[in-house]
Amino acid sequence: MARERLYRLEAIVLKRSDIGEADRLLTLLTPARGKLRVIAKGARKPSSRKSGHVELFTRIALLLAQGKQLDIITQADTLDTRQTLRANLDRIGYAYYLAELVDQFAAEENENLALFELLDHALTWLGDAATNPILLARFFELHLLTHVGYRPQLFVCENCGKPVEPIENYFSITTGGVLDPNCVATQREHIEGRARDAQTLSLNALKALRYLQTRSWDTVRAVRLSAATHAEIETLLYRYIAHHLERNLKSVEFLRELRQPSVMAERESR
Amino acid sequence: MDTTPRAVTRLIEEFHRLPGIGPKTAQRLTFYLLRAPKEQAQALSEALAHLKERITTCAICANIAEENPCAICRDDGRDRSIVCIVEEPLDVLAIERTREYHGLYHVLHGAISPVEGIGPDDLKVDELLQRIKHNPGIMELVLATNPNVEGEATAMYLERLIKPLGIRMTRLARGLPMGGDLEYADEITLTRALEGRREV
Ligand SMILES: [Zn+2]
Ligand SMILES: [Zn+2]
Repeated sequence: MARERLYRLEAIVLKRSDIGEADRLLTLLTPARGKLRVIAKGARKPSSRKSGHVELFTRIALLLAQGKQLDIITQADTLDTRQTLRANLDRIGYAYYLAELVDQFAAEENENLALFELLDHALTWLGDAATNPILLARFFELHLLTHVGYRPQLFVCENCGKPVEPIENYFSITTGGVLDPNCVATQREHIEGRARDAQTLSLNALKALRYLQTRSWDTVRAVRLSAATHAEIETLLYRYIAHHLERNLKSVEFLRELRQPSVMAERESR
Repeated sequence: MDTTPRAVTRLIEEFHRLPGIGPKTAQRLTFYLLRAPKEQAQALSEALAHLKERITTCAICANIAEENPCAICRDDGRDRSIVCIVEEPLDVLAIERTREYHGLYHVLHGAISPVEGIGPDDLKVDELLQRIKHNPGIMELVLATNPNVEGEATAMYLERLIKPLGIRMTRLARGLPMGGDLEYADEITLTRALEGRREV
């Protein structure tokens, strides 16, 4: 696809880092081109009006000029400042997590409107004081996995293909979905290593995962999960994500620290 | 075939690697030095060598310095009850230029940005806590991190961590333009931001 020398683009800012004397390298999520890295010249100087103060997590409209390697911002207008989000440290922590997930999973030069809309909506919901950010994080993980092609299979057994019964089942990270007790018991040694990492999945956790995976946020937002069920799906999804990324996420460490006052206290007493 | 002497192309390449220097400027600087008196080139090369040999990190404030502790931490004329927390050594220079601040500093060497792989453990946060603990004379911390998401998150994090210790904490006034870096703020704006700092 031939591009104009100057072109317009809407984007969400995932990451910023300083380069050169006063420039910034921005990693953006765009609807038409997926993840995109661009340069904002002079963005660190408070006087730089032209390229605007392109802030983390904001939704922006850009005018870009084609560069030799990376394209350069010539004009930036902020469409959503995420003001309410920025005033709350815990919510900033969650926004960092969503941005890190997208940065890790999104592909460059790959149209993904659904992913763009998911992130845009999630950042808006995160700024709403009525939103439970922990529930939103689980909803976001499941929907993101769907949009980037890693949707966990929760409805039929990954081995025999039979519908999953409403009982305690198993989940296999490497297989990418649920295994029924029969397949795990009778064929643990035969299923090409698949069932070896199978761990029990409670019926409540299975129901919660299915609900979060298939419903819209308007329906999900009112859901109340027991602490045990939430802990189970949080651990499962975290292991699933870390398996696919082959790394741990820095923002998860930060969230853990924010969520546990004991960690903060321990730091103080050190 | 390129007949430019290797010593010349090498210096051009080294200049070109510096921030804000394009190939044309790199060439101009190199040919300037080629024509300049030998003493000038030597002075430059000595200054560069000393930069890496003689610069250390102050064990108290984590600022870059020639001596440890640094000149500011050793200065008896400075107010030891107040510590200004900044992201980078350049921010110390920016605040010093105002001549309005007479307390001490603490340099974090960055801001919290997990998506870039930077968490509190990667900053001089533990050093700050230790410093507070061992210096009961510290009465106020001025949070002077950059007025952007990363800087605000860092300030809120430190507030949550340190406020329970009962120390007065203030944040630079909102006069600073959002999104810009502190090191680029002009002296008047920065002076106003210091004077109008608010409790957090
Ligand atoms: Zn089966
Ligand atoms: Zn010092």
